[in-house]
Amino acid sequence: MTDVKSTLVKFQSIIALVMMCIVLMVLSDKFLTPENGWNIARQISINVCISVGMTLVILTKGIDLSVGSILAFSGAIAAGLLKYGLEIPSTNTYIGFTVFGAILAGLAVGGGLGVFNGWMITRFKVPSFVATLAMLAIARGATMLWTGGFPITGLGDNFAFIGTGWFLGIPMPVWITLIVIVLAVILTKKTKFGRHIYAIGGNESAARLSGININKVKVWVYAIAGILAAVGSIILTSRLDSAQPNAGMSYELDAIAAVVIGGTSLSGGRGSIMGTVQGALIIGVLNSGLVLLNVSPFWQQIIKGLVILIAVIMDRLNHSNEE
Amino acid sequence: MQDRPNIILQAKNITKKFGGVTALDNVTLDVHLGKVNVIVGENGAGKSTLMKILSGVYPDYEGELFLNGEEINFSNPKEAMQKGIAIIHQELNLIPYLSITENIFLGRELTTGFGFLDAQQMHEKVKVLLGRLHSDLNPKTLVSELRVGEQQLVEIAKALLEDAKVVIMDEPTSAISDSEVEVLFKIIASLKKQNVSILYISHKLDELFLIADRFIGLRDGKTVGVIEDPTDTKKDDLIKLMVGRAIENRFQKNQVVIGDELLRVENLSLQRANDKSRFLLKEINFSVHKGEVLGLFGLMGAGRTELLETLFGLHPKHSAGKVFIEKEEVTINSIMEAIKNGMGLVPENRKEDGLVLQMEIAKNISMVSVDSIIKNGFLNTKLETRLSTKYIESLQIKTPSEKQFSKNLSGGNQQKVVLAKWLAANPKILFLDEPTRGIDVNAKNEIYHLISNLAKDGLGIVVVSSELPEIMAISDRILVLSQSKITGEFNQENESEEAIMQAATA
Repeated sequence: MTDVKSTLVKFQSIIALVMMCIVLMVLSDKFLTPENGWNIARQISINVCISVGMTLVILTKGIDLSVGSILAFSGAIAAGLLKYGLEIPSTNTYIGFTVFGAILAGLAVGGGLGVFNGWMITRFKVPSFVATLAMLAIARGATMLWTGGFPITGLGDNFAFIGTGWFLGIPMPVWITLIVIVLAVILTKKTKFGRHIYAIGGNESAARLSGININKVKVWVYAIAGILAAVGSIILTSRLDSAQPNAGMSYELDAIAAVVIGGTSLSGGRGSIMGTVQGALIIGVLNSGLVLLNVSPFWQQIIKGLVILIAVIMDRLNHSNEE
Repeated sequence: MQDRPNIILQAKNITKKFGGVTALDNVTLDVHLGKVNVIVGENGAGKSTLMKILSGVYPDYEGELFLNGEEINFSNPKEAMQKGIAIIHQELNLIPYLSITENIFLGRELTTGFGFLDAQQMHEKVKVLLGRLHSDLNPKTLVSELRVGEQQLVEIAKALLEDAKVVIMDEPTSAISDSEVEVLFKIIASLKKQNVSILYISHKLDELFLIADRFIGLRDGKTVGVIEDPTDTKKDDLIKLMVGRAIENRFQKNQVVIGDELLRVENLSLQRANDKSRFLLKEINFSVHKGEVLGLFGLMGAGRTELLETLFGLHPKHSAGKVFIEKEEVTINSIMEAIKNGMGLVPENRKEDGLVLQMEIAKNISMVSVDSIIKNGFLNTKLETRLSTKYIESLQIKTPSEKQFSKNLSGGNQQKVVLAKWLAANPKILFLDEPTRGIDVNAKNEIYHLISNLAKDGLGIVVVSSELPEIMAISDRILVLSQSKITGEFNQENESEEAIMQAATA
């Protein structure tokens, strides 16, 4: 009996997901079509990338509110460099960027801002909530400065392939997301670094006394969160063929929602990448389903909020014996 | 001819058990009116438990309490307060960013007819209270701006506001400076004149003679003696009251040949982080050899834990001195360097600092030596299982599997997991801080045997313990710390409980 119960608990996200799909199938004949399936997959790919980084951060008992702004800035950097290159006025030099170079620069900027977050949090003991809240404002402002407040568009077909192209019958964003998921699962389950993330989130004091370099691990975690936000930005910019200065607004909230629905504890040390992926899927399917069913956008928001609450309450009940 | 003493508070046949452990066993205690009643006893003798019963923190116990001849039974500390019994804890319970007045009236604020706070009246009352304690502090001062001694005064004023008849003070001088102690003793004297009775606990035997009107000895949860007239009492008499605790199944350490020097410490010192002029450790010199179990004894606050932490690289910024490992000087500025130099630390609080409770046993065991379970760059489950089952077997950790979460183990088995974590890293020197705290008698014995066997295998072991019989049983040599310094060294030939306690209270 307890086995049945624990199995139910273990697979509750998947069960919820399947049930949602069945309900939507019955209510809408457009839900279970290949087009809609790929649509959902493409839509959630950005959120999954960001959420994977957010999972690592939350596993260490932190939070990263800056991912939406980092996404906007690194996307704008990549798009700007690709389209206009880099001109350094005083030395009269001009550096042109290939698609590959521009993407790399975008990822580097995302990682760099993440490192800055981690540095503030570890070196100056700024709470992660505050440090990343500051970065949320800083990176957004920097995006506005860099773009002058206007979208950067017309990035060429090669770049557009990343967000809109297909490879072996699967959309490119889905490929990228799958690679991110696989790497993240290996990182968390199979490497020393991943083990240290769980140890720090579970009991930072015990981890420190075991000789784990807490600061180093944390800086890396925020760096990865920044890089993954930049990965999301490349997909988004490419799909829209445009870097929008207000891109990624409130994406951090969707990411936190996916992590929480996926069963990762905000108090650190417990959770998984696959849980987060399921969480992101639940949000994605819910979004898509509510649109298909013509539910008013106002109600969509309310329903999403309720789903988050239900998920966290279930999680609390299942782990109530721990506290 | 002496008057019959006026007993204000009386405890009769109090027994208190925690699970299978008896903390108080049939304790009887009288508190005399207007006197300073001092309780002496070793760490773990049951003093704190008794105080918590008297002040309503523990409502369940066997036995009876009488206040002024009337039977009382408090269900919480507030009730005890209302009846006139107040306790000043070792750790002060004030809110730093509220004023003195706001703290004193917390939860019982005076209000005007409109329901607003009557600050005026509260300030006046606090002024009067502080006047009774000969203090001219401004009641509007924030508590965070006060020195520790002054904060203590606020706590006492808080007790007086409720018209306390009995004030319990738990180690009140442990955190304050000498001049503040003087002030405190004056306050105690004037409280006595106001017919307030004091129940006082302290390890600092010398200062007790300045204020004590009578002594009560507590040992192993039992009252072992009362000294009604301390005029002729000497320190030795108090020490006799304190020592002589029983240890179940007296353990005998393996006799081993002491080998080469593993660790030598020269002139180690540690300053307080917030007050550079005060030392937590001063002029510490000692060495540990292969196969040796070195006991570190000291009463609460003597600097035992600080010594282990400093050697383990936790306080690099505030410490000075030389450390030699196998006769080579090393600098240890971080925990990582300590581990690289072959040290391991089993901390005092295994739940807070020792284990990741929500992690599996196997993952806890491999935490320090995680490099040894990496194959081709990745963590290898097989190697991890092999490593953890090896220690589960050799340390006899009772668990259905290595995948069990650490939080589901008993205290003794959790402690073994922490030990296993360090053994897996092949250390040369192990520091054990209170390794048997809070675990049952059988598990304690198992830990003693483990320690003894590890020493036989050539490790150097430093054990901190506050239980005198325990440390005498397991150590080859004992160093005694008191007030940040080493005040005595004993070996198995010249050790005695009285002599060690003498050094610990020096």
